[in-house]
Amino acid sequence: MAKRIDVSDLDIYYGNFKAVEGVNLSIEPRSITALIGPSGCGKSTFLRSLNRMHEVIPGARVEGKVVIDGQDLYGSDVDPVDVRRQIGMVFQRPNPFPTMSIYDNVVAGVRLNSTKMKRAALDDLVERSLRGANLWTEVKDRLDRPGAGLSGGQQQRLCIARAIAVEPAVLLMDEPCSALDPISTLAIEDLMTELKERFTIVIVTHNMQQAARVSESTGFFNLAGVGQPGRLVEFNPTEKIFSNPDQKATEDYISGRFG
Amino acid sequence: MRTDTQAPAAESPASAGPVRTRRKLPRPAPAALYLLGLLAAAALSALTGFSIALTAIYGVVLGTLAVYVAARLVEGRRKATDRLVTCLVWTAFALAMLPLVSLIYTVLDNGLARLDAEFFNSSMLGVVGEGGGAYHAILGTLVITGLTALISVPIGLLTAIYLVEYGTGRLKKAITFLVDVMTGIPSIVVGLFAFALFALFFGPGIRLGIMGAVALSVLMIPVVVRSAEEVLKLVPNELREASYALGVPKWRTILKVVIPTSIGGLATGTTLAIARVVGETAPLLVTTGFVNGTNLDPFSGRMTTLPVFSFYQLTQPGFPPEFGIERAWSAALVLIVLVMALNVLARLISRFFAPTTSR
Amino acid sequence: MTLTSAPPAQPRPKRRPGDRIFAGTATSAGILILLVLAGVAVFLVTEAWPALTAPAADLPDGKSLGSYVAPLVFGTLLAAVIALIVATPLAVAIALFITYYAPRRLAAGLGYVVDLLAAIPSVVYGFWGIAALAPSLVPFYGWAERNLGFIPLFAGPASTTGKTMLTAGLVLAVMILPIISAISREVFSQAPALHREAALALGATRWEMIKMAVLPYGKSGIIGGAMLGLGRALGETLAVALVLSASGGITFNLISSSNPSTIAANIALQFPESSGLTVNVLIASGLALFLITLAVNMLARWVVTRRADFSGAN
Repeated sequence: MAKRIDVSDLDIYYGNFKAVEGVNLSIEPRSITALIGPSGCGKSTFLRSLNRMHEVIPGARVEGKVVIDGQDLYGSDVDPVDVRRQIGMVFQRPNPFPTMSIYDNVVAGVRLNSTKMKRAALDDLVERSLRGANLWTEVKDRLDRPGAGLSGGQQQRLCIARAIAVEPAVLLMDEPCSALDPISTLAIEDLMTELKERFTIVIVTHNMQQAARVSESTGFFNLAGVGQPGRLVEFNPTEKIFSNPDQKATEDYISGRFG
Repeated sequence: MRTDTQAPAAESPASAGPVRTRRKLPRPAPAALYLLGLLAAAALSALTGFSIALTAIYGVVLGTLAVYVAARLVEGRRKATDRLVTCLVWTAFALAMLPLVSLIYTVLDNGLARLDAEFFNSSMLGVVGEGGGAYHAILGTLVITGLTALISVPIGLLTAIYLVEYGTGRLKKAITFLVDVMTGIPSIVVGLFAFALFALFFGPGIRLGIMGAVALSVLMIPVVVRSAEEVLKLVPNELREASYALGVPKWRTILKVVIPTSIGGLATGTTLAIARVVGETAPLLVTTGFVNGTNLDPFSGRMTTLPVFSFYQLTQPGFPPEFGIERAWSAALVLIVLVMALNVLARLISRFFAPTTSR
Repeated sequence: MTLTSAPPAQPRPKRRPGDRIFAGTATSAGILILLVLAGVAVFLVTEAWPALTAPAADLPDGKSLGSYVAPLVFGTLLAAVIALIVATPLAVAIALFITYYAPRRLAAGLGYVVDLLAAIPSVVYGFWGIAALAPSLVPFYGWAERNLGFIPLFAGPASTTGKTMLTAGLVLAVMILPIISAISREVFSQAPALHREAALALGATRWEMIKMAVLPYGKSGIIGGAMLGLGRALGETLAVALVLSASGGITFNLISSSNPSTIAANIALQFPESSGLTVNVLIASGLALFLITLAVNMLARWVVTRRADFSGAN
């Protein structure tokens, strides 16, 4: 069910402040696309505009087009809630629901949307999702314990399980490993490589090695200057970005000259 | 800040390290000196016929003086000032505890006499002099407080949800401001409002239980809004975003994620709000009136609540007065116990729910 | 947050019915509060109107409304001001005690005990005032009349029951103590740890640290708290109704048994036995009380929020 995303002339605002300007790119289905760049350049803002999470912030708005398999996400007849069911998201800090057990966290997307399901079907979904997130063997004996009791890496995989349980087409990941230790990071990276068979994945990361390791394409965001909006400087296959980028700024950033 | 010029003189000969050590009062010395002051004060007041009040007054002065002078001599001016303020602050706290202790003692002392079975299971209907009880008043309090909670909790919670989750711009600012203003309206004025509201439709003689509930609601709603607002704000935004990202609509997110996460705090706040209105007397004097028999229907006839009962038993005890006064104190005692119980309950609720609401 | 002020370029996003209903209910609850407050003002004015317009001769005692209300306003202010003068320094000291002086392990519990003072119903304070406080103050009033009689405040003749303006003020002081100390406690505990540690690192004693880093930060919090306490003291009804022996008239004599009443206490005592135009007069006095407390509370909120603006800028 993975889908293709085309972004054209996207401007993103916070109130009157233009945070991101003129983004054009195409994200291929069943691939991992990494977004890199210095802090505050609008990577995360851009990512959040892909499933309309951006407009959750008061005063935030978007101009331009985000098209997924031919449908404009910002069309007047499109409900952001439906968009988010299609395009799931994993956040920087693991955020399992503290009032729910591991089991309930996984089925939260289904339950909160009050879709009626048989217990057996739910059990099956939980197992499938947790296996999909490589967490099943670690938690299968304590599904009724609170999700907040897991370690950071486990919590993050629980959040991934929760996101894939609603079977989205696209999975957005906003620096999913930045709060984790190296071992947990490795587990998540392995998981991403498995998940790209079924989902289109877009990941924002500060870790360039991570981008190089997991992604097929990489986009480099940068600020035109202080107080200026962020722009997509270069979007190319990962190999090309890291070996022979088109732009001087990309090379400077990757070789560690700034950022 | 002036540096201490006495420092070299106060230097301890025992220290050879790079850090200068100063002469210090031994740890128990200030307390001991203070005690000494108190003893001296007791002796002093005994000269003019012993009195606890005079002992306390002299004691605080002498004790503080003793500590200050000793510190001044041994430790220098700056440290002495510090000790002086410490004495004053402790005294202030003790002074504030005095009314609390005295109040609880007075109420227990006077209220226990009539705290019997009859007090709880009989009304004042046909009672002259001895006997009688607050059965009708206790039930009246329950009915009116329950009705008040029934009106205030939904309105208060919804308003808090509006302010935290939906509110923007001028309307939000106006409501926040007016909730603040509402917390400050004197309760008697609120009573007059409820009276004026009903008098306009039913004439000036009207006294109903529901009028009291309306008045108390005006007092309770802002308390509920304030506490619920604080609690809802504590729910981390990440949880809301996690829910939105699963494609859950906002209203379900609020109902299924935000409220369950903050339920402990909401329950605590509501219980405290109930505790706040259960002892209100003034608005009920002008709205529910006073009656000797039991009336459980808030929509017809006068009703008595515990605080109003207590007030009238004290101010109009009948003849002979001692029985009414005894009943008044017992009612006051029951009222305090009720309010304290609600406060303890609120604490328990917040403790019980604490693990799930903590981040 | 769905967009409410979308630019023309972007159409208003669709809302699902569940969201519309829920948002609508929540918003109407908020608006209801606006209406209630407007209602309080409107109904009070409506019911006070007959008294405001009636000729003086028809009013109780044949006095004009102004001369009926004036002593009450005076009494209200006098009692509240006494309470404020007594309670504020004590409350600040208590707040300091709980935040910086009390043994760490006891602090939270002691804070709770002070909060208990706020939980006690006002009618019980009234009981305590007449039964315990007033009698125990009688010897002091006698002493004050003999030794301080040259000050108009203590001119006497000293009350033999202790039901005086000063007693009422002291009861009110006890009642507003927890309010002022709660707010002071909050601002004191929020004083930036960085500043406090900087002061201690310079070798300041605890009191010097408080003077340098805590009190300047908490100043407007104390003022705001005191104003809120004042608002509460102005509107307090039953405690005053019970402990003050009122006979009308304006006097600064705090220890005699003839005192002006307060607006709230006067309403509570007179209202149940009143009818006709007297009711309207009492409501008119309630309106005056409403306006006074409104002004005080708004001022208090303004002071407190001004502090919030400051700390936000830091």
